[in-house]
Amino acid sequence: MSYKGKFRVWRGEGGEGRLEDFTVEVNEGEVVLDVIHRMQATQAPDLAVRWNCKAGKCGSCSMEINGKPRLGCMTRMSTFEESETITITPMRTFPVIKDLVCDVSFNYQKAREIPSFTPPSDVKPGEYRMQQIDVERSQEFRKCIECFMCNNVCHVIRDHEENKTHFAGPRFLMRIAELDMHPYDVEDRKDSAQEEHGLGYCNITKCCTEVCPEHIKITDNALIPMKERVVDRKYDPLVWLGNKIFRR
Amino acid sequence: MERHEYDVIVIGAGGAGLRAAIEARQQGKRTAIICKSLFGKAHTVMAEGGAAAAMGNVNSDDNWMVHFRDTMRGGKFLNNWRMAELHAKEAPDRVWELEAWGALFDRTKDGKISQRNFGGHEYPRLAHVGDRTGLEMIRTLQQRVVALQQEDFEVHGDYEAYIKVFAECTVTRLLKDGDAISGAFAYWRETGKFMVFDAPAVVLATGGIGKSFVVTSNSWEYTGDGHALALLAGAKLINMEFIQFHPTGMVWPPSVRGILVTESVRGDGGVLTNSEGRRFMFDYIPDVFKDKYATTEEEGDRWYTDQANNRRPPELLPRDEVARAINSEVKAGRGSPQGGVFLDVSSRLPAAEIIKRLPSMHHQFKELADVDITAEPMQVGPTCHYVMGGVEVDADTGAASIPGLFAAGEVSGGMHGSNRLGGNSLSDLLVFGRRAGAGAAAYVDSLGARRPQVTGVEEAQAEALAPLERKGGENPYEVHHELQRTMNDLVGIIRKENEVAEALGVVEKLKERATNTTAPGGKIYNPGWHLAIDLRNMLLVSECVAKAALLRQESRGGHTRDDYPTMEPDWRRKLLVCSAEPDGSGVEVVEKTQISMRGDLITLFDRAELSKYLTEEELAEYDAAAKELS
Repeated sequence: MSYKGKFRVWRGEGGEGRLEDFTVEVNEGEVVLDVIHRMQATQAPDLAVRWNCKAGKCGSCSMEINGKPRLGCMTRMSTFEESETITITPMRTFPVIKDLVCDVSFNYQKAREIPSFTPPSDVKPGEYRMQQIDVERSQEFRKCIECFMCNNVCHVIRDHEENKTHFAGPRFLMRIAELDMHPYDVEDRKDSAQEEHGLGYCNITKCCTEVCPEHIKITDNALIPMKERVVDRKYDPLVWLGNKIFRR
Repeated sequence: MERHEYDVIVIGAGGAGLRAAIEARQQGKRTAIICKSLFGKAHTVMAEGGAAAAMGNVNSDDNWMVHFRDTMRGGKFLNNWRMAELHAKEAPDRVWELEAWGALFDRTKDGKISQRNFGGHEYPRLAHVGDRTGLEMIRTLQQRVVALQQEDFEVHGDYEAYIKVFAECTVTRLLKDGDAISGAFAYWRETGKFMVFDAPAVVLATGGIGKSFVVTSNSWEYTGDGHALALLAGAKLINMEFIQFHPTGMVWPPSVRGILVTESVRGDGGVLTNSEGRRFMFDYIPDVFKDKYATTEEEGDRWYTDQANNRRPPELLPRDEVARAINSEVKAGRGSPQGGVFLDVSSRLPAAEIIKRLPSMHHQFKELADVDITAEPMQVGPTCHYVMGGVEVDADTGAASIPGLFAAGEVSGGMHGSNRLGGNSLSDLLVFGRRAGAGAAAYVDSLGARRPQVTGVEEAQAEALAPLERKGGENPYEVHHELQRTMNDLVGIIRKENEVAEALGVVEKLKERATNTTAPGGKIYNPGWHLAIDLRNMLLVSECVAKAALLRQESRGGHTRDDYPTMEPDWRRKLLVCSAEPDGSGVEVVEKTQISMRGDLITLFDRAELSKYLTEEELAEYDAAAKELS
């Protein structure tokens, strides 16, 4: 049942680092995070990894496993061959603090730049009436556990540091869509989505949707509809092209 | 050393901490939120079922009095009744307030917040979002904090002018000026650098203690920090013997053993069966609940559609009852192959309905155990989930016995008595988070310009640095592992005098060993060092749990004594109160009498029901109160 697995784990801090080899016991039913914990307990007590719930609900243990953004707690060891060497590295888009832990403050700054939920001033708590069908669209986006893997994988910032100032990333463009689709939100978010938060940079490659551990259809259900809402007022070549091709 | 001055600091950023911080800031206080993890990751995200609030949206017969009665029954009447009263009365307003801050709960047909059934609640009462209610709550509160920061930015040009989050920052000591709180000592996880907070009011909202047990639904943060900080600062803990073992944790694979399976599975129709296929809960309905639960499967099943004419199925008994029943079935050799019992919803609801109502459970079992819950039963067993005990506080303000110290949520004690009902935690966080925030704000106002001065910084620093500076000591992971095994095996769901005494002996030795642990590596993000520091808290709290468990010679709620299997009215009035010396030595547990319930509250119950719980003397008080009110 158990075997010795081979791992290469990124170790280092302050911009310096290297892949370090580990041979660690792996038992039936374990996930990658279990193995990292065993490394800590038996070989490298100071190996840094962020984690909390270990059940895919808090979005803390985001990392890149064999180059793919994954939650360590939801990646089962049985998905790999026993002979395979598994490479574990921190998320690439954010600066590394130490080992597998990144500085994700970019995300918290972006969260703060998006105007909050703005209900009409005359509705009192307890008076809200909404139909299930009307809340379901935003509810899908509120499943987000803020693992930030969508922002990590999005090439607009993954490969272009300079875009970070004017691009909120899929996570927070989805937040704008969530608020825009909230039955009681009265704020006009269309212009700012395009002009301040960089919705136009998204060219719907769906990388964010692919990595989402909550299986939220970020591109189809949040970003494209948001682009459509914006295009009522603004010209976006991708939406224009999409309309030409698919809607004839 | 880095220094920050605030009016109020809140330690912990789960539901209670965030609600407290929001309240303090709304009352104009400069507020710091200090959290061990990133902002928005606190353990509240794990809460699944919902927030109990008697809004009466699904059954209009519900009201605060019914909720109050259910809460007291669930806690076996040991609850601080004033807290249970405030909780039942204020929970609806706290839930509605979340909606005004952007929360999107599931809806009823007429557009109100939908409410679901849960163990021990007479009516459908839990406001919910599928089975991810905790995530919705924490995100809403997090976004409310951000909204307040945006308001402050408009006025002061600084987002953090009035409320700032110190994420991945751990408090290791509360600082005092004489008797009163004056601040806190902390380190940054990211850099290992120390910092001092100057603040006259501290709200503890650090959650629970589950990491002292092997099988637990709790995350690494649940090391009893607030419980220990309070004790070391001279405050008192009550009810520490009462620990809730949630009946349904995952049992396989081993690495996920203990992870929670929401009670909503049963609330939405799921049934528990043993290896013989029997719905065994019908065999475990205790006398005190005999009139309230169905005695046949047919009646239990009819209840889901007709609650007026049928009684609830016993799968929805309070958690302590269900956990003990599962434990007994497994011990009797009627368990499932992987050492639990079966929990089946696949034969009870259509697949599409299961995925809609229990999406995270479907996902969790699929991803972690390769089990499709729409097609086959789950295997589940008890897991350490929640501590009823905590800091002894004033019900109305959350104030502890030390001036300037407040506590709310799981770290506070009293509200849930000997056993918490599912759904009462999320509402507890909101009701008493707000009250503690307001209590802290009022306390700061009462001080005027007089601010206490911090002392003890050097000692706190030396204590925190010790594991890093020591050479050749023991691996802290080993000490932790042994503590977890000891508490799990000897002070777990079923307790015996000799075993608890043995555990106390082990804890005593582990305390010694913990003072000789070494953490290799540097100060930057060093988990071995952090664990070495947390060990002090886990050991101190474990000692309280074991000492109180040894003293209470009866079985009640989350405390089951094999050698004293019945519930004793004499013990109902006794609270066990823990205290310790500032260095963590001399843990002492003393009895204290619970004050009698107010006349208008106790008369909400039938005399016949109370006679199962109360002493003759208390029943005489009841009669007097009933006479006065009639």
